[in-house]
Amino acid sequence: MANTSSFSSSPSTKFSFDEKPHVLAVDDNLIDRKVIERLFINSTCKVTTAENGKRALEYLGLADGQHPNHNDLKVNLIITDYSMPGMTGYELLKRIKESPTMKEIPVVVVSSENIPTRINQCMQGGAQEFLLKPLQLSDATKLRCHIKKAITRGVCRRR
Amino acid sequence: MDLLSQLRGQIADFSAFLHREGFVDDQFTQLQKLRDESSPGFVVEVVSLFFEDCEKLVNNMAKALEQQIVDFKQVDSHVHQLKGSSSSIGAARIHNVCIAFKTCCEDQNRNGCVRCLQQVNHECIQLKNNLQTLFNLEQQIIAAGGSIPAKQ
Repeated sequence: MANTSSFSSSPSTKFSFDEKPHVLAVDDNLIDRKVIERLFINSTCKVTTAENGKRALEYLGLADGQHPNHNDLKVNLIITDYSMPGMTGYELLKRIKESPTMKEIPVVVVSSENIPTRINQCMQGGAQEFLLKPLQLSDATKLRCHIKKAITRGVCRRR
Repeated sequence: MDLLSQLRGQIADFSAFLHREGFVDDQFTQLQKLRDESSPGFVVEVVSLFFEDCEKLVNNMAKALEQQIVDFKQVDSHVHQLKGSSSSIGAARIHNVCIAFKTCCEDQNRNGCVRCLQQVNHECIQLKNNLQTLFNLEQQIIAAGGSIPAKQ
């Protein structure tokens, strides 16, 4: 009888239309982190950066030993570099998609290398999109549009 | 011609030169577009970080190439970093050297790597000087009452 759908039909109170989308950007390269951060801030998003997959998982409350995140963490988009030491962007993608709490968050993978098998692997793994570096303002603007549409449609993370 | 117009002419010419000679590419222009009232120092900041990083990487690569037995994987990982950063800021010449450098690493060609490293170093110094000139011109424009980018 109770509605057990993962999506609510109206925006949750956590998502006001004026609120800036929150992007988590993961990249081991400091310069790339700075550039991606600025790209999204200029597209009126809030940005949190992480220097590797492990830190990103910790932030999301998905690291080994952590309890699933029950606080008000709201992330609307995760953008991750593919080639990172320790954990690749693909491995991070898989961990996020395996999480009941975080799997709805769109994950975009970026890479400086145009390798079709890599692209396929990420898309099969549930990536929203695969983009080539270097990123430009138009990429950030386009992604922000997707995020806003998703919020407006009332897609929200199931707690 | 007033000072401001003169300076604007100078900076336009210099920017065209930098692009023409391949010191920077369109990605650098993209970065300049990201500069606004809330982050006027963005380009200078990122460029400074880049050169700091560059210096560190060059030193690490030099040390690695001096070893009896060269760890080419190590060198390659440094080149990969530099290749990425240079692409992100639009440092086209440096990026191109890195492409050749990577090949030398893959071929385990020590002499080739040493040559590439020298080239990287040379290009870094040149770009640093060129961008300093550009930033100085921008400072002069601001001091003369103009703004960067020019308000329409």
